[in-house]
This record gives sequence, C-alpha cells and structure tokens, in this order.
Amino acid sequence: MSHPSTPPAGPTATPSGRREGRADGVLEIELAAHAPQGRDGEAPSGRRRGWRPGRVREVATHNGVVMNTITWRDRLRRDKTLLVMTLPAVGLLVLFAYVPMLGNVIAWQDYSPYVGIADSPFIGWDNFVRVFSNPQFLHAVGNTLLITGFQLVFFFPIPIMLALLLNSVVTPALRTSIQSIIYLPHFFSWVLVVTIFQQIFGGAGLVNRLLAQAGYTGFDLMTNPDTFLVLVTSQAVWKDAGWGIIIFLAALATVDPAHYEASAMDGAGRWRRMWHITLPAIRPTIILLLILRLGDALTVGFEQLILQRGAVGPGVAEVIDTYVYYQGVVNGDWAFAAAAGLVKGVVSLLLVLGANKLAHVFGEDGVYRKS
Amino acid sequence: MSISTDAGQGPLGRLDAVPVPEPLRDAGPARGPRRPRRSKHRNAWEGRPTPIGQGAKIVILSIVVLVVLFPLYTVILTSFSTTADVNRSGGMVIIPGDLTIAAYRQILSGGIVTRAAGVSVFVTTVGTILSTIVSVMAAYGLSRPSSLGHRPILFVFLVTMFFGAGMIPTYLLVSNLGLIDSLWALILPGAVSAFNVLILRSFFMGIDPAITEAARIDGAGDFRILGRIVLPMSTAVVAVVALFYGVGYFNAFFNAMLYINDNTLWPLQLVLRSYVLQGVTLPGSGAGQVDVATGAVTGLPVKMAIMVLAVIPILAVYPFVQRHFTKGVIFGAVKG
Repeated sequence: MSHPSTPPAGPTATPSGRREGRADGVLEIELAAHAPQGRDGEAPSGRRRGWRPGRVREVATHNGVVMNTITWRDRLRRDKTLLVMTLPAVGLLVLFAYVPMLGNVIAWQDYSPYVGIADSPFIGWDNFVRVFSNPQFLHAVGNTLLITGFQLVFFFPIPIMLALLLNSVVTPALRTSIQSIIYLPHFFSWVLVVTIFQQIFGGAGLVNRLLAQAGYTGFDLMTNPDTFLVLVTSQAVWKDAGWGIIIFLAALATVDPAHYEASAMDGAGRWRRMWHITLPAIRPTIILLLILRLGDALTVGFEQLILQRGAVGPGVAEVIDTYVYYQGVVNGDWAFAAAAGLVKGVVSLLLVLGANKLAHVFGEDGVYRKS
Repeated sequence: MSISTDAGQGPLGRLDAVPVPEPLRDAGPARGPRRPRRSKHRNAWEGRPTPIGQGAKIVILSIVVLVVLFPLYTVILTSFSTTADVNRSGGMVIIPGDLTIAAYRQILSGGIVTRAAGVSVFVTTVGTILSTIVSVMAAYGLSRPSSLGHRPILFVFLVTMFFGAGMIPTYLLVSNLGLIDSLWALILPGAVSAFNVLILRSFFMGIDPAITEAARIDGAGDFRILGRIVLPMSTAVVAVVALFYGVGYFNAFFNAMLYINDNTLWPLQLVLRSYVLQGVTLPGSGAGQVDVATGAVTGLPVKMAIMVLAVIPILAVYPFVQRHFTKGVIFGAVKG
C-alpha cells in the first residue's frame, strides 16, 4: 500500500537503545532513553507532575547516587497525558496495519468474500503450493529482481556522483539553487512523471516528432518491451536521483574540513582527497542505503509499473505487487493473492534482517545496531 | 543533538564557514601584477580547479538542471498555447507563440476535472491536518525518556516499517469497514507514517529538557507544553513532515483506483491517469460538462492544463518548505 511520502532514506532504529555520539552520517533513530540509568530508568531529578515525596517507596542507589524510585502507578499518573497523546496514532496503526496482518489468515483459507473470514474453510498450505507452482508468479518474481538489479547498477551510483559533484560547487548560493531544482521531481506523482515521459518519448511525443522532422523513423519508448528496463530506470532517475543526494550531502557536511586541509598540506590533490577522505566519510551511508535497497528488493515502483503495465504488457511490467493486485482485486482470487503477498512480505522482512546482519559482519552499523 | 547547525546555509555551511587567514588566502606564486581571481568561497589549500574540470562540471550540472526543468517548461507552455500553435508544432510546444488561458477556463468551468480538483484539495487538506496532528501528538507522547510504556508503543510503530500487511487484507478490511467509495478510504489507511513520527520524535528529543521542565514547574500540562513551547520550536520539522504527508495525499492515485469506483469522487491524479495518460475521452454527461463534441477537451493544451493543475499545489508550497529540508529531514533522521 502506498504510504504518504517515504523519504529515500528509510526507516532506521536501534533496538539496543543506545545513543551514539558519533556524527558519521549513519541514519539512526534512537529507540530508548538516554537518561541516567535509574532503577526504573527514572532520571535523578525526576520531579514531575504527580510526583509526591511521600509516595517514594524505596531508595535505591546507582553508581553511588541516591535515587528516588517511584511506583508504576505514579508513573502512570505522571505519564497519563503522554499515553493519551499516542492513542490516536496507535489506534490507526492497529486498525489499518495490525488488523490486516491478522487478515492474512485468508492465505490458509478457501476464502470467499460472500462467506467471510470467519466461515471460510481452512485448507492448509494449498494456496502457497499454488503460488510457488505458478509460472506467472515466478515470472513476476524474475521481473522484480531484474528491475531491482538493473536499478542497483544504473540508478544507485547516480545520487552519489551527483552529491560529490555538487559538493565541489563552492558558491553556496549556486549550490542551494541547484539543490532546490533537482529535489523537485521527487514531489511529483508517478502519474505525472509517466505522463511527462509519454509526452516526450511516446509515439506522439516530442522526441519522436523531432526525429521525424529530421527524417528518421520514429519509435515509441512507452510501448516497447525491449527497452522497458531502461525506461523505468530513467523515470526513477529523473524523479528520485536528485532527492537521493540529500542524505549524502548531509554525510559530507559532517566531514571535518581540517582533514582536507591537512591532507592538502601533505600534498594530496583533489582526487586523492576525494578517495581518502570524502568517500570513507560517506561509506556508512552508502552501505546503509544499499542495505535498505536490498531489503526492498521485492518492491519496485508499484505505482510506476501499474501505470505502464497496460501500455507495455505484463511480459516485462508484471512485478510481484502488480501480480498480487491483478490476481486478487481484479480476478477475485483473494486467498491466492494474499498468499503471494504474504510470501513477499515475509521474504522482504528476512532480506532486511539478513542484509543488516551482513553489514554487521563487515563492521558497519547497518540499519540498527547490535546490542 | 545539534539542531541549530547549518540553519539556512545549506549542508556545507560549516565547511565554508572556516575562517581562512587573509595572508594564507592570498598566498601563492607571484605571477606579476595580474593575480588569478580566487573565489571568496574557496579555501586557499584547495588549489585552483583546472579549466577542463571546471568546464566539465558546469556542463554536467547545466544538463542536469535542464533535464529537470525542460519537461516542466514545455508542459506549462503547451497548456497556455492556442490550438493553432499546437497544430503548427505538431504536439508539445517549445517556442512560445500566442498564449491563452482557454484550456484552464475549459477544465475549471465545472465538470469532472473541477470536481476532481475539489476532491484532491479536500483529501489533501483534511488528510494532512489529521496526519500531522496525530503524528505530532504521538511523537511528543513518545519523546520523554523513561516515560511509562514508551518502548512497547515505539515497537508498535517500528514493526509497521519493516512488515507491511499486504494489499489484499488491507483492501478487504477497508471494504468490510464500508469505506468503498468513501473519501475516508483515501485518508485513514495511510494516515500515520511511522517514519514521520520517528522524525518528529527525534527532533522533539533534541529540545533541551530544561525548557519543558520549567514550563511544567510553572504548572503547564503536556498539551500546553506541546502547543506553546515544543511546536513553536519545531516549525521547520513539522512543516517538512506536513509537506511529506500533503504530497503523499495529493499524489496518491492507487488508493483511489482501489477504493473509489464512482468517478465523480475521483481525485485529480486518477483523472490525469485516465484522461491524459490513457487517453480516455472525458465523459460528456451531466449539466455543465465540458463540450466533448468539439474534440477540444482531448486537445493537448487541455491535457497539459490538467497536468499543471496536478502539480501547481506542489510548486506553490515547495519554495516555502524546501529550505527546511536539510534541517528538518536530516536532523530528524541522522544523528547530529
């Protein structure tokens, strides 16, 4: 499902809850408190609303500091408002994210919308067997991986190169203007982007017309299955490559200029400074984004592809998500489609966890840190 | 958490801010009276760029900027062009001729495009307000270290970032809730993005606790602290998150394709898809509809005007929010 706006750098978290002071550009959202460690994680000076001296039940010491420990009842009284504040969001997530997770139970059913989830009979793993023995599904998986792989090679490096290029533009005003311009397409809808490409590269498009005027035979990039990989990658580059640099520029901004200056004093030229200082500085970011991309390997521009599947045909444009949509919503084979979608969700989760483990093996932080 | 660094300077502000002693700046081999001009933004140790390198840089960056701007230029120009100019050029107009707002008058004089614009504005406005309020409250509710139960609640948010329920069960749920052909189906299912909540939370946690503590001692409750102290200090990040939500609502078309069968409730993106991308002719039923018989409505200027309509809100809001990107996004996500 489409979430409103996912920035390119995806979700990150540290279950360990530790807060790291290093500013090396690794995405990290802290999970837990960075307060001094009390018995209840309570800060020593925790004189908050609802706190009464008389309610102190025991006095604990931590590292020699005397600390007040309060009962959870008092913490509930104190944090009641905070809990109430999270309720609407939690409610929406439970209803629209967790309830559907349970709804995946239809993948094990002979589900019929007229009978309902409660009364549809369970049939074990039959739907999954059907999914894995279905050549169309396997074809969709193949297409998905092909597009992911192609974009990993031809899309992924572009924001890095753009960021390095822009980083070398020294005039701040010029740099910010270029940034504002190239971030812009990220905020356009896929419908708009695909339509723009259609008007320029389509059969009746601008390029075709100019070619015809120059006496060449035209082409229609929008309906040609052979060039579809290039087309979807170009669209993705046009839309998101500019936005992709924001995270690299942030990582580059954390580099201490003294490093550059010192290496320049030691005789390092432009390229050596880039190789020995700039690139190592953004390496954790590159690895992080690679991991996120690998975790997302089975998700390739669903809206982008479903818009063009009709024009170019399912042979090249059918990916797992579009397949699930057509099998389920269009053809009404709900249980089968749910099983296919569930397979994708579980494999994606395993991919994220696996890629993260890989990052740890290589000594990088990854999406979250090992505790 | 360095919140205030780099405000308004671009991400490399600090790098440029390094003061270079004047003598060092001017140091270099004496080449007679005409010394090469040095950019005041370039540090002395960086050395002078080679002309070839500099030229290549200019060319590449110009091409990149052109590639982004040219399609917008031709779309906007074509939407203002007369049918005669479009026919003369054979399609998209590159060189401006006579300009007219006939296409806009046509699509905005009632009918399906006007209605779709209204639907999009409604969904975007209501959705953005709802999502932003709910997310800000949740982020604040989770931002106090050591508050009761914040870890399990945070976990509830995190799980949704790594595992999605899938399209089919979500569709069945929305359909069972009776939200098919309701605009709420375009708002509620994606109303909370855990990622945005975490961006906000991370920013709120960077606010000096002494400030909120002082307000609490003065007797302010959490709602008042959030509204009077935390929010005014976080306008940049809240603006960016609101933009993310707003753009998400405004650009979404697949939700509408799933949940909205009644084409009088279609948002603009779906109209754009059907009538421009797929080239379906606008239906001519009902009073106040655009005239299909003339064929004018399928003309290129009208299509391009629909495209412009589908991008104007973004172009209008973007300049005001984009200067906060670095501050809002990066400091929300990257530890500073």
